[in-house]
Amino acid sequence: MNFDFNDEQRAIKESARDMLASRYPLEEVRRLALEHERGFTDEQWRELTELGWPGIFVREEDGGQGLGVVELVILQEELGYALAPTPFFSNACAGLLLAAAGSDEQRERWLRPLAAGEARGTLAQLDEGAPMEPTGSSLTGTKIAVADAGSADFLVVAVGEGRHFVVETGGEGVRIEPTRGLDPTRKLFAVHLHGAEGHQLEQDPDATDRAYCTMAVALAAESTGVAQRALDMAVEYAKDRKQFDRPIGVYQAISHRCAQMLLEVEGARSVSYYAAWALDHEPESGALAAAMAKAYASDAGWRVPASSLQVHGGIGFTWEHDLHFFLKRGRANAAALGDARFHRERVAELAGV
Amino acid sequence: MDLTLSPEEEAFRDELRAWVAEHHPGREPEGDEAAFQFRRDWQKQLYDAGWAGVSWPREYGGRGATLVEQAIFNEEMVRARAPQLANVLGLAMGGPTVIAHGTEEQRQRFLTPILSADEIWCQGFSEPDSGSDLASAVQVRPLRQITGEAEFNELFLEEARIPDENIVGGEGNGWNVAITTLMHERATLAFGLQVAAKIALAELFARARETPLDGGSAADDELIRQRLAQLYIESEVLRLNAYRGLTATMKYGVPGAEGSLGKWHWSELNQALTELALDVAGPRAQLWDDPWTYRFLRARANSIEGGTTEILKNIVAERVLGLPRLR
Repeated sequence: MNFDFNDEQRAIKESARDMLASRYPLEEVRRLALEHERGFTDEQWRELTELGWPGIFVREEDGGQGLGVVELVILQEELGYALAPTPFFSNACAGLLLAAAGSDEQRERWLRPLAAGEARGTLAQLDEGAPMEPTGSSLTGTKIAVADAGSADFLVVAVGEGRHFVVETGGEGVRIEPTRGLDPTRKLFAVHLHGAEGHQLEQDPDATDRAYCTMAVALAAESTGVAQRALDMAVEYAKDRKQFDRPIGVYQAISHRCAQMLLEVEGARSVSYYAAWALDHEPESGALAAAMAKAYASDAGWRVPASSLQVHGGIGFTWEHDLHFFLKRGRANAAALGDARFHRERVAELAGV
Repeated sequence: MDLTLSPEEEAFRDELRAWVAEHHPGREPEGDEAAFQFRRDWQKQLYDAGWAGVSWPREYGGRGATLVEQAIFNEEMVRARAPQLANVLGLAMGGPTVIAHGTEEQRQRFLTPILSADEIWCQGFSEPDSGSDLASAVQVRPLRQITGEAEFNELFLEEARIPDENIVGGEGNGWNVAITTLMHERATLAFGLQVAAKIALAELFARARETPLDGGSAADDELIRQRLAQLYIESEVLRLNAYRGLTATMKYGVPGAEGSLGKWHWSELNQALTELALDVAGPRAQLWDDPWTYRFLRARANSIEGGTTEILKNIVAERVLGLPRLR
């Protein structure tokens, strides 16, 4: 029994935090969010690539680092804490599905370059209207809220009955337009397909389900980092800001609110770490653990920033303050890859209600 | 990260599980006196077999077990629905305080009778503003609570003489000693509490499935399902926080931030659980004969006993988050 990271994992966590803190100060996050069309620069992507991040969870045979969900979760928590705008996560979603259900040839064609950071993919899941129905390998319809599609080389498109198709963004019948998302630090796009050519992945329900569970846990970890940062900001503000000659943190209306935030942050962290461990080492518990993590962190991920905003008072409601970026990321994450209601229903089912 | 038990820990669990299965004395009898004697006998049985105070040092009658083994012990006892022990406060608070702050003479004098339940300890922390004017030095009066029972007592002390050798931790050191007592209460009770919550939750799941509602069962109702699932998640978070706290305590000597959250979190979980149970019961919640009626009332004390939620939040805010103190 040891519910803590090993030395190697700890080193990954510390170096990720240091690197992200130096590359993504909040002025840079704001600049990328508000002024940059793609939300990241080539140079920023190259640096993550040099660290081997895009392939962290990809098997070594496919050109990755062969590490586990725990290591992916470590990076995701730190990316959330820094609120780094980067296509890392959207790319990982595509990579997880390719790793789970790609044929040898498909993995060679898309997963290997993805792991090397030479090509990027993203997951196109949400339908605009009726579920997309392929005709043979030809896809027609619109997918919305597709993260980083504008700068991706290929899409993994989800259609009915757990099927997935790889579609190259440069191909015929693919049109991608920017959408304004709630969270400006993660760029969303609408993807219109009109007879686009798709390459179907293998249908392996168990492997695909595990890939989705991994994405859910990775996003839960990101929300944990977001919430931790919002809590840190609240505590710092409560120590500094004075009212009636005292720091506002002495007042229980403030301090008890901060304690509540800690409860939610630590809970989200424990359940995300546990779910990551389960996916790596105790697969039979993985699905339930992942649903718990995403349900809990979906709530904590926006409630903690919202509570932090209340601690900040009026300044927290201003555009100039950085807090709203955390609130927006947390709330957008809560809605992505299954919201809290969806995952609680899964928990009810899997836990035998 | 490894959330499985080591072979030694598994062996400990299996040995304990087998022993409890063989010696479980069955249901507790009715009536305060009979129930107390039953608990006392049960503890004596555990003591004779070396299962009382498992994490206490061997030289004082304990088993010298690790914190993980102590946690396993607490979990297994709840899982087996084993009876409560008669001397919970002596085991969880009084004993550890004497081990930490007592003199060698005090340890020799007090520890073994705590384990064997030959001497029963209580804790006297809550005080009214003014003293009493009773004639006798020590008087104990039962304190009836909203459930109708009397688990707590009022204790009146009037010029009661306490020999010097009974002062634990020396004169003027009362606060430090009291803090040790309370820390032990919160740390060691947390594990039993989370398993108790899991058992109560399983009962509530069954109750929801058995309760007819709108042509199906209460468990089919979307809102109730969502609340049951949320309670399940909270109970898992409580368990996982407890394990993370345990790892931190073993590695660094003190629990991490999450270790200070358990008792507060558990009280909210247990209250929410009993509240949902009465919602599931629907109109029958008016009746006293529903066991959840008692649990609902009893749970009101959860956020008061062993440190009120307000005080626990103060502690978290000041010691974990480093927020300034009001005074």
